[in-house]
Amino acid sequence: MDIATHVFSALYQFGDAFAFLVLSACGLAVIFGMMGVINLAHGEFIMCGAYVTAATVHAGLPLPLGILAGTLVSALVGVVVELAVIRHLYDRPLDTIVATWGLSLIATQGTLIMVGSTMAGVGTPFGSFQVGDYSYSIYRIVLFCAALGVLAALYALFNWTRFGVLARATIQVPHMAAALGVDTRLIYSLTFACGAGLAGLAGGLYAPTMTLVPTMGATFIMEAFVTVVIGGADVFLGTAPAGGVLAVVKSVMTSWQGQLFGQIGLLVAVIIVVRVLPKGISGFVLRERT
Amino acid sequence: MNGFLSLFRRLEGPQTVGRGPAFWGLFALVLAVALAYPLFSDGYTVGNTVYFFVWVFIALSLCLIWGYGGSLSFGQTAFFGIAGYGYGILTINFGSAYGFTLVALVAAVAIAALFAVLLGYFMFFGRIAGVFLGIVTLAVTLMLERFMAQTAGPEWHIGAARLNGFNGMSAMPPLTIPWPGEPIVLFADVGLYYLVLGLLVFVYLALRILMNSSFGNIIVAIRENPERAEMLGYDIRKYQLITFVIGAALAGLSGVLYTVWGQYITPSSMGMTAAALPLIWVAVGGRSDLTSTVIGTLVVLAAFQALTIYGSQYALVFMGVLLVLTVLIAPNGLVLGVMNWLGRLASRLTQRAG
Repeated sequence: MDIATHVFSALYQFGDAFAFLVLSACGLAVIFGMMGVINLAHGEFIMCGAYVTAATVHAGLPLPLGILAGTLVSALVGVVVELAVIRHLYDRPLDTIVATWGLSLIATQGTLIMVGSTMAGVGTPFGSFQVGDYSYSIYRIVLFCAALGVLAALYALFNWTRFGVLARATIQVPHMAAALGVDTRLIYSLTFACGAGLAGLAGGLYAPTMTLVPTMGATFIMEAFVTVVIGGADVFLGTAPAGGVLAVVKSVMTSWQGQLFGQIGLLVAVIIVVRVLPKGISGFVLRERT
Repeated sequence: MNGFLSLFRRLEGPQTVGRGPAFWGLFALVLAVALAYPLFSDGYTVGNTVYFFVWVFIALSLCLIWGYGGSLSFGQTAFFGIAGYGYGILTINFGSAYGFTLVALVAAVAIAALFAVLLGYFMFFGRIAGVFLGIVTLAVTLMLERFMAQTAGPEWHIGAARLNGFNGMSAMPPLTIPWPGEPIVLFADVGLYYLVLGLLVFVYLALRILMNSSFGNIIVAIRENPERAEMLGYDIRKYQLITFVIGAALAGLSGVLYTVWGQYITPSSMGMTAAALPLIWVAVGGRSDLTSTVIGTLVVLAAFQALTIYGSQYALVFMGVLLVLTVLIAPNGLVLGVMNWLGRLASRLTQRAG
């Protein structure tokens, strides 16, 4: 085996880990960056997206439309949750965590009761290709591109649209934005829906690659939390670089000792980073800039 | 002697609800009923009550860290699990002779506390607070669960103790008190009941004293305003770390007693659901008061068990709804609200009488 295959294999694993971290974290990061609120039901929004995607694909729709449906349904559920619960708790961030945890319990157990302990999955599309002695799934490459696409789309949304300007104003000084006529409650609702939709998108994209069980959200949230904690409050200065750094840690540890050690590596990384950079990477970058 | 008496004066104070002869009279009455309870009940029901009591320790630990200290920790079940596994590993390796189970109890709690020192050092001295603290502790807990769940193979053992992956460890010896002639084995009925009840009363009263001492006042001051507490010259990191470690030890005690009670411990005792339950008890009871936490935990646990019997799968949904509604409607807790209302009523009545 020559060096090129090794390099490709390492790159492939890095890309896979990066896509997983960024896709599962960006919905959480958008909500956290906006409202300082950690949505513990994030994993259940991912589960919702995956289930809707699988259900629509079983109903005969092609996979991309199924993923779109999963995204939209999750975003809608996000709006409902924001109106019913989150809206009343903006001045109490710790209580929001507790309440969203309650929601997560309800969603997991409710899905178990209504849909059953497992749901028929969706086959992984596109097949695989061969490099050297190993075969690689094309869909993983698609996921990596999707992660980059989501980051680009978020950048465009927050920098080039009217919603993005209003949202950034609301992040910086909510009272000032409200005084200038921005409907901050609407902005909060839309941001929460956006975060929930991104979670649904992650669920939809990963639906073909994993078993659909009501507790599947739990497989995403640890990685999502770790990425957001290390990244800090900003999606572009935080989540993307944190995804990059953690993907290196995870893919190296995984190929060295197995999947579990990949996750332990993530955990050790997060504990060390919070000790050194309490405000995450984005806090560090922003402090350097000012 | 004087210092000892002043400790008892700390049983009442600004940080705990309940004072005066009425409260302590009621306390003595409840204690008397609890002491007499095994006399007119059967072994199974008593064992079940022990199960309830076991959980009160972890609820008190969360009350201390979250309610008094203001740091939301999702990691209490991690300490619960560490101590539970610790007890199992120690007793399976060294047996139960010469009162070693009691040594193992203390050692397992100490292991959990040591782990808390390590984790807490990184968190509090890294000045993580608020939501990040919750996330880091939750990540640690989930990581431990995943780690323990994959230890199924025979290569995962510590001494003679197999970790057994998702099925968990079982068949560790119960607590045994060495006694001339025949050692007393505390199975999960009357014997264990009195031990756990004694521990519970001790921990409850000790925490009351601790919270009404200057240490407790500083902890509450940090919760109310960390910057102000720091300006007043307190090293808040140290106080938070100590609170965290005491809480971890209590959660560890809960874990050991759970392991002793059922003679098994599994990784799912550290999972998402397991971590959510103590939070629900404490939030519904009233997180900023010890008495409310104890009452709330026992009430919610009993309700949960009744629900599990009649509609097993809906019990968790109901718990989730209860948690969300409590946070929305009565953020200070239902039991605490009722107790404060009773207190106001009583003082109004005494004023009218006087």
